[in-house]
Amino acid sequence: MLEMRAITAGYARNAPVFRNVSLSLEPGEALGLLGPSGCGKSTLARVAALLHHPDAGSLTVDGAPVRRWRHRAPREQRTAFGVVFQQARLSADPRLALTDLIAEPLRATGRREDVTGRVAELAATVGLTADLLSRRPHEVSDGQLQRACLARALVLRPRWLVCDEMTAMLDASTTAALVRVVEDYRASTGAGLLAVGHDRVLLDRWCDRTVEWGTLTSG
Amino acid sequence: MADVAAEKAEKTEKAKRTGRAGRAGQSERAAPAADAGNAEGAEQAGTPWRAHGTDRRSTRTLRLRVSAALLTLTVLAVLLVPPLAQLDQQAVDLAAKLQPPSWAHPFGTDDVGRDLLLRCVYGLRVSLLVGVAAALTATVVGTAVGATAGALGGWVDRSVMRVVDTISSVPHLLLGIFIVAMFRPGVWPVVISVALTHWLSTARIVRAEVLSLRSRPYIDAAVSGGASRWRVAVRHLLPGVLPQAALAAVLMVPHAMWHESALSFLGLGLPTHTASLGNLIQEARGSLLAGQWWPTLFPGLFIIVPTLAVAGLAGAWRERVNPRRRSELML
Repeated sequence: MLEMRAITAGYARNAPVFRNVSLSLEPGEALGLLGPSGCGKSTLARVAALLHHPDAGSLTVDGAPVRRWRHRAPREQRTAFGVVFQQARLSADPRLALTDLIAEPLRATGRREDVTGRVAELAATVGLTADLLSRRPHEVSDGQLQRACLARALVLRPRWLVCDEMTAMLDASTTAALVRVVEDYRASTGAGLLAVGHDRVLLDRWCDRTVEWGTLTSG
Repeated sequence: MADVAAEKAEKTEKAKRTGRAGRAGQSERAAPAADAGNAEGAEQAGTPWRAHGTDRRSTRTLRLRVSAALLTLTVLAVLLVPPLAQLDQQAVDLAAKLQPPSWAHPFGTDDVGRDLLLRCVYGLRVSLLVGVAAALTATVVGTAVGATAGALGGWVDRSVMRVVDTISSVPHLLLGIFIVAMFRPGVWPVVISVALTHWLSTARIVRAEVLSLRSRPYIDAAVSGGASRWRVAVRHLLPGVLPQAALAAVLMVPHAMWHESALSFLGLGLPTHTASLGNLIQEARGSLLAGQWWPTLFPGLFIIVPTLAVAGLAGAWRERVNPRRRSELML
């Protein structure tokens, strides 16, 4: 259960991007969130993934109320979310080869012994070859980099996936491949999904239910 | 797997558009090889677009080589001339005072007949020591303070940066004099004085850089991946700011040398009998007005040449360690 109640969030205290937004997801549910550019859906996704402290409102993840965000949030709560961003280029540290990119969450949480096996497994899942794994972000295409970013999001086996316009920069075949990877993962683990995007056709096909941004604001 | 094939096909097509047919696959494969320090990639490609890259590459290599050669030369001079040449830089020869450059004295002599080449080498030795030591200390302090302020943010950032503003509102030289006056004249008080007055700009540069890196999505991804503050700082933020910090350190070396000479001129820095480049130029002021240019010119060159050489090397290194820039330059 992921429950957001009356969330107000933004980047300047006096001018929030949105006010009073509520949204809730059942366990294992896939929810598509549709909305125009700049309405704040990415910010809401960041709030949900514990990456942005809202100005007001409450968030409950699997029954536990969230009181602290980012580094202050307990590690188990943070790593319960796998996040994939829109721009793969900006969400990959330019200094890390794709292997290290995917393995970074394992190393950060002290699971070094899993690195080799898990990286090989996920590379096969998302369709990255060994040759690509040794390259750094600027040496691969956007599609290949987004595959690595998805692998990184899955590496800690999160209970929730947040895909913030994950496929907006990609062509149709890569989009289909990435969506299939996400769906396979959800089918095997029962993870929930919050997918944000513009593409109604894609989200309708991908998710159990889609909501319009306009319907979320109450009062 | 079908989509991987589609992506590959798309890639070859892209390569055909930029490269010439037939060579496309080859240059595509050569690109990572070139990155691994193998020059083949750039030489294999024959397109005008690549040729431009090769051109810029060769001018950069030239700059790198010239800088390295000049720096090696000065460092060798500093290290080898004093032990090899069994000459006394303090030897006074009043019969040969203020002689223009000649074979016996390539840089001429000063107003008491001391050989200027020898004096310059000894002076560079002292000035470089002061400059490098002060710049290193200042950079380490500045990076630590700036990175802490930038990475923690909030009230820590605000109060630390206000302290930085307060210190930098006092003129450098005044504060430097205050610090150096607390010790006996010598090399280390000068180093401490210069270092403690010059970490402020590095702290500002590093903080600004950390702030810009901190808002990138890859930091969000690291947070979501369970990285601690410390890990984010050490793994993602510091490697990103080090090139800037290194460049700041290098640009600080000449600045530190100038401060050393200013302090020496005021009688608070190095003792006047010690040959430092600052002392040499100060002593030569009088003879410059009388038309003797060499006692000023050569110590001046000794400041400029190593500065330019180190700056050239630092620029080349920065381009090399910044991967994105490196790919833009097709290195």
